[in-house]
Amino acid sequence: MSDRISVAKTYKLYIGGAFPRSESGRSYPVTDSKGAFLANAAQGSRKDARDAVVAARKAFPGWSGATAYNRGQVLYRVAEVLEGRREQFITEVSAAEGVPLKKAQSTVDQAIDRWVWYAGWTDKIAAVLGSANPVAGPYFSFSTPEPTGVVAVLAPQQSSLLGLVSVVAPVVASGNTAVVVTSQDRPLPAITLSEVLATSDLPGGVVNLLTGRTAEIAPWLASHADVNALDLTGAPDSIRADLERSAAGTVKRVLRSRAAEDFTREPDMSRIRAYLETKTVWHPMGV
Amino acid sequence: MWEYAPAPESRDIANLKPNYRMFSDGQFVEGTGEPLKTVNPATEEVLAEVSTASTADVDKAVKAARRAYDRVWSKMPGTERAKYIYRIARLIQERSRELAVLESLDNGKPIKESRDVDVPTAAAHFFYHAGWADKLSYAGYGPDPRPLGVAGQVIPWNFPLLMAAWKIAPALACGNTVVLKPAETTPLTALVLAEIIQQADLPPGVVNIIPGAGDVGASLVEHPDVNKVAFTGSTDVGKIIQRELAGTRKKLTLELGGKAANVVFDDAPLDQAVEGIVNGIFFNQGHVCCAGSRLLVQESVADELLEKLRVRVSTLRVGDPLDKNTDVGAINSREQLTKIQELVESGEGEGASRWTSSCPLPDKGFFFAPTVFSNVSQAMRIAREEIFGPVLSVLTFRTPDEAVAKANNTPYGLSAGVWTEKGSRILWMAQRMRAGVVWSNTFNRFDPTAPFGGYQESGFGREGGRTGLEAYLDV
Amino acid sequence: MAAPTTLPSALADAVRDESSLRRFLHGLPGVDQVGVEQRAAGLGTRSIKKASKLWAIDTAISMVDLTTLEGADTPGKVRTLAAKARRPDPERPDAPRVAAVCVYPDMVKTAADELKGTGVNVASVATAFPSGRSTMDIKLADTKFAVEQGAAEVDMVIDRGAFLSGRYGLVFDEIVRVKEACGDAHLKVILETGELVTYDNVRRASWLALLAGGDFIKTSTGKVSPAATLPVTHVMLQAVRDWHTLTGERRGVKPAGGIRTTKDAIKYLVAVHEVAGAEWLNNHLFRFGASTLLNDLLMQRRTQTDGHYSGPDYVTVD
Repeated sequence: MSDRISVAKTYKLYIGGAFPRSESGRSYPVTDSKGAFLANAAQGSRKDARDAVVAARKAFPGWSGATAYNRGQVLYRVAEVLEGRREQFITEVSAAEGVPLKKAQSTVDQAIDRWVWYAGWTDKIAAVLGSANPVAGPYFSFSTPEPTGVVAVLAPQQSSLLGLVSVVAPVVASGNTAVVVTSQDRPLPAITLSEVLATSDLPGGVVNLLTGRTAEIAPWLASHADVNALDLTGAPDSIRADLERSAAGTVKRVLRSRAAEDFTREPDMSRIRAYLETKTVWHPMGV
Repeated sequence: MWEYAPAPESRDIANLKPNYRMFSDGQFVEGTGEPLKTVNPATEEVLAEVSTASTADVDKAVKAARRAYDRVWSKMPGTERAKYIYRIARLIQERSRELAVLESLDNGKPIKESRDVDVPTAAAHFFYHAGWADKLSYAGYGPDPRPLGVAGQVIPWNFPLLMAAWKIAPALACGNTVVLKPAETTPLTALVLAEIIQQADLPPGVVNIIPGAGDVGASLVEHPDVNKVAFTGSTDVGKIIQRELAGTRKKLTLELGGKAANVVFDDAPLDQAVEGIVNGIFFNQGHVCCAGSRLLVQESVADELLEKLRVRVSTLRVGDPLDKNTDVGAINSREQLTKIQELVESGEGEGASRWTSSCPLPDKGFFFAPTVFSNVSQAMRIAREEIFGPVLSVLTFRTPDEAVAKANNTPYGLSAGVWTEKGSRILWMAQRMRAGVVWSNTFNRFDPTAPFGGYQESGFGREGGRTGLEAYLDV
Repeated sequence: MAAPTTLPSALADAVRDESSLRRFLHGLPGVDQVGVEQRAAGLGTRSIKKASKLWAIDTAISMVDLTTLEGADTPGKVRTLAAKARRPDPERPDAPRVAAVCVYPDMVKTAADELKGTGVNVASVATAFPSGRSTMDIKLADTKFAVEQGAAEVDMVIDRGAFLSGRYGLVFDEIVRVKEACGDAHLKVILETGELVTYDNVRRASWLALLAGGDFIKTSTGKVSPAATLPVTHVMLQAVRDWHTLTGERRGVKPAGGIRTTKDAIKYLVAVHEVAGAEWLNNHLFRFGASTLLNDLLMQRRTQTDGHYSGPDYVTVD
């Protein structure tokens, strides 16, 4: 066995396609499940959250305006790059979640497959959720699902990659952009995922990832007037209701999610539907 | 000179009674809240005394709904539920004239609207949703989507019967039971609907209707045994409800305020655009959350359009809601009238040019003459706040991008209008305007098959269509 | 092409040459079918009662162009019609006279003789009515003959074939020349809206006729279905209103064909009132081209004055 010293990675935030340190200059130690030091992660601040929202809003017109086919291609490309980093993710998930490599392997495989599953939805959502409305009059009326805008996602605390993928992919598949607060104690697979996103064709700002204390960052996102929806999945129980109250200030769509969601189960469309607005368009029919 | 003679519907048709009671557990019972007097806004006379619910009555109604849900309604096959809902639809049609007159008396809206829009559309909602009751497995929410339980519903005064139908019909179709609170100033048609529900022989407790003020609504939505809350009303109250429900498992849908932009391009069918603008803001005295209250006109046709608009608005007849020739009826309450007056004063104060129709107004009752503000800028209150009255703010734009930017420059996002003869531009605009409903070359069209609801602070969730079922299913 | 009257500069430009005319007509705002039909139906629900109704009936009677345009017309038929025009309800001498009697050119003299001094005009269709398919010379001769025979009003047809194939200049010139041939007689220009099909075409044809100097724009010959409809009339009323806004001049509208009942007639009057304006509620600016309508108006008039329903046996069939 060689004694080569490995090159340690610096884990940073992912905002607007770039990898900045926290503007606060803070970081916090991340350990494995047994308490051994893994790395320092950036401890995102409210200003980082603000910058992430700005980046997500800026990316929204382009991403939501892209064709569904294009979004599908980009997201599938993400899965391809994920697959290429499979070994790295297995190691990281195993360390983060304290599971054997074999278990980690199946989790990573499922995460990649989950991404592929959502990537395939982009150009089917409108057909499945939209409608031509048979109104009683000389009009053509149709309804079409549209992305709600910027979605703040509090990623699951336990499932560091599969859970993360399961909550982020449905947000962006339908054309929303995301500001994600990663698992507080298991953030490293999320940062590696952001490297995957940065090296796929995903435009900067479509997904923004913040590591740090969920309870510190979440309230700023919940009350932010330029955030349209909030996913509470990874919110600490103690502040869950407070976050929801804050979200009411601008009538945000709030996904409460079911307690202890099992991400190994086959998903349905509910997470896609949660961030969609149905737009109904009418036009008279005449000559 | 040409005069329209008054052609009033007889108020006798409304079968107005001196007293109305709340409907709980299949019975009309005396509520133990402070009774309220409902007023005809066109004459300021008291129409009837209505008993209201106390907190204890709310609890009784919710318990009745829970029993009905557990024992009967959630177990009943969809085919059977459907037939009950069809019955309600038919009974509304049979009593449509009575309901229309009663609605106009209690609300102040012109009889031609209650007759041609409110009541038939209410019946249509029951018809449409009845058919869903046994077809939910085809609605795209999985093989056997389950209801939520007891739905607590709070509705506004602008479309009293129609809003009740929008709320009750999908709730029942999906297998929920209902406790509904009609608006304080307009409880009467909902209580006649209760009579209809009794005539339709619905099992006791499946629908409960409990009149009262905001406090009754609050205790209904706060009730721990309510599983679903549906609210239509102001954005302020919607936010209070959303806060109140924070941390609970109750499913919430909100249909709130709006400040819709109605965008007219220079190639629009101008005469129809004028009609659409008039319909957009003066329909139901402008008491419409999706009213086209901000007119955005391309500068090159602004003068011509405004001139045509003023001529057309001058022909609007304001007056007795029961007169079939009336176009604009009474403002629903003194409170609302005061609010409208206050905002109109602010518009003058901030420097907008006011034009008000010189039409004669009745000397009693709550009336406000159709008013058009021009030279309005986005910064003025009349361009930002929901006036909920017959007051139009006119702004101009030069390019499509500017039109979109101005149209979307609001925390609301309920509806929008676009007028142009260029098809590709319509689709371009429709895609960019952040609104739940986009009417192109028309305005204020409603249908039970067409989902309705808002973006952003106009609320969330949809009513109508397949999409609308989601609000009442545990999915 | 020559502008018949002094026009404001925008309109004078429109008639400078064929391509200007085309640009102008195609630059008019479109008409949305559903919107205009809804508006027309909405006005149809206006309710008129008692005093206003009697006034409306009398106004409508005074606007009738009592018409017979049959191959089987004879001097006898025209004389009885003229008698009816003079005294629509012999037992009710206060019933107003109709505006005009409308006949084919060869019947004009008969009608004119009968109506001399009554104030009831003789109107004649001309220009190879109803198809308009003949040469310019014949159309002009047809017009001149009718006027010589005593017609105070000429109802011409436009060349719909030319209009539909976009030869607007040809249609324009025909109207201008027929107008010249009319001399002092009033010219009503029949658009035959049933053949124009779309409201956009109706609007363009209305403006074309107004630009060319037509005193009235008229919907139909009565020989093509659909004849007059409320929404078509609505579009034409809007055109004369807009014409007035631009020129200060009031031109007339005449729906013809298919208006048979008082109820229908009153709906038209409501439209005249609300779309064009109260100034149009007289027979100088609005006419009904009809034959059977008059008797229904008379029956309903009796219902109003007598207080009970009347029957067809109590009005004269001529």
